[in-house]
Amino acid sequence: MTSNETIIQTPLDTNAHAKPISVAIEIQGLCKKFGRKTILNGFNLTLALGENLVVLGKSGSGKSVLIKCIVRLVDSNEGTLSVLGENISELNNTKLNELRKKVGFLFQSAALYDSMTVRENLEFPLRNTHTLNEEELDAVVSEALKNVGLLDAIDKMPSELSGGMRKRVGLARTLILKPEIMLYDEPTTGLDPITSKEISKLILSVREKYNTSSIIITHDISCAKIIADRIIVLKDGMCFAEGTFDELQQSQDPEIRSYLEL
Amino acid sequence: MDKTNISKQEETDDEDVSGNKLVKGIESIFVEITLLTRFTLQFFRNLFTPPYELNELLKQCYIVGYKSLPLVGVTGFIMGLVLTIQSRPTLETFGAESWLPAMVAVSIIREIGPVITALICAGKVGSGIGAELASMRVTEQIDAMEVSGINPFKYIVVTRIVATTFMLPVLVIFSDVIGLTGSFLAVNIQGDVSFSLFFSQIFAKLDFMDVIPPLIKTFFFGFAIGLIGCFKGYNSDKGTEGVGASANSAVVISSLLIFIIDMMAVQITSLFS
Ligand SMILES: Nc1ncnc2c1ncn2[C@@H]1O[C@H](COP(=O)(O)OP(=O)(O)OP(=O)(O)O)[C@@H](O)[C@H]1O
Ligand SMILES: [Mg+2]
Repeated sequence: MTSNETIIQTPLDTNAHAKPISVAIEIQGLCKKFGRKTILNGFNLTLALGENLVVLGKSGSGKSVLIKCIVRLVDSNEGTLSVLGENISELNNTKLNELRKKVGFLFQSAALYDSMTVRENLEFPLRNTHTLNEEELDAVVSEALKNVGLLDAIDKMPSELSGGMRKRVGLARTLILKPEIMLYDEPTTGLDPITSKEISKLILSVREKYNTSSIIITHDISCAKIIADRIIVLKDGMCFAEGTFDELQQSQDPEIRSYLEL
Repeated sequence: MDKTNISKQEETDDEDVSGNKLVKGIESIFVEITLLTRFTLQFFRNLFTPPYELNELLKQCYIVGYKSLPLVGVTGFIMGLVLTIQSRPTLETFGAESWLPAMVAVSIIREIGPVITALICAGKVGSGIGAELASMRVTEQIDAMEVSGINPFKYIVVTRIVATTFMLPVLVIFSDVIGLTGSFLAVNIQGDVSFSLFFSQIFAKLDFMDVIPPLIKTFFFGFAIGLIGCFKGYNSDKGTEGVGASANSAVVISSLLIFIIDMMAVQITSLFS
């Protein structure tokens, strides 16, 4: 670790776990309905610590709903969902907020606060961690923006950014809390191939640096190829196929192969 | 034969549908009231528990209060001017011209100032809050706050409601003062009354009950504007279309509430005087 990194420590880094945890996320029999429409239907998933799991699936198959269930943005109807060893449906608000700070969530739409500048957007998640003084805060923010190559946009408003830039600012904002689990909803959609590759590498380097476990939703097969330790395909609310990129590509089932075609 | 059967069938279907619609309509009103009550309780629960978002509160006070000053000032001025010009002929027929300042002052301070200012703020501030929160909801900004472990209700809703509650009385006082100035000018169009005489005539007739109860009700007006704007925006869920709908219904409902509160305030005040 360089001295630079010790400066940007947030209090979350010091939160040692009381009991050792073997898996990051464990989902059993997850069901989610909107009205009469079933989106998830007995979905099971285990995410190991430090693993990069890519979720593929058609548009509307419920990928975003799945990761929203993990942070309880959407309440599930059935099934158990444990995140870092805690059953999230049993947590009270304070505990849930504590847990949420350890889980980073990149929204499909980036969800930047459009009344704030890029800098304020990045400072916002840190506002309740009082341990940083002004200079340290500045350092953390510029470091995070440098990681996504947008340091010169620091004083811009979100409305002045392009779609791809917003996405990257969103990513920087999510990574600033150094989460233990990252949930990426289409991190490379709308980016050019070069930036897209850079983002994929960034996702890998985040894992390397902080041993983050990640779920990455994507339609970008080249991105999936770079980052995936394991891939699952979501179909009809269930896990339709599972395996490494090569395993799925060599599958006998043409339908499975079709998900991986470039 | 068949045809008549079918048309009869359709008719009963139609009746069914309109009957259903009525039931659904009534039901949705009750659902709405329940949700609003729960929203209000949630507001009070969040109001008194730390952390307090003071910076955001100040920012909202600036937006709600300071940014509304020009509009409120202009309408207040015109209100005072017009009211004075309109009242003069009537008072003249009774030879009670000297009552003009006091009469205008009482109507402005007791009723017209608070209600007009509140309605203008419902249109300007209430719709703004409704649209802003709805678009934050649609673009997942509220969700983003929630997942970063920050209570969006406290940050967004509580600050805005507190800001409108405390800024509206300030705006009303401002509007009253400007309105009386307008009235002074109007008096001087046809007569010649000095500034000090004008105001001493007013203060001779005004008493405690003319000033304090109207001021108290403006807090409720402000609360209603903020509450409805936030309620409509925060719970918007129909995409971009919902943004317009939220802004619209925020204005409609809060304007209606302002009249209802006004009516109750008048009833309560008359009990005491
Ligand atoms: N809040 C909601 N209310 C009702 N239905 C919803 C809601 N959110 C999602 N849905 C429905 O759930 C289904 C899955 O949505 P989801 O956003 O998870 O799709 P997705 O797999 O992420 O698609 P994409 O790849 O296009 O992002 C969709 O059919 C959608 O209509
Ligand atoms: Mg999605």
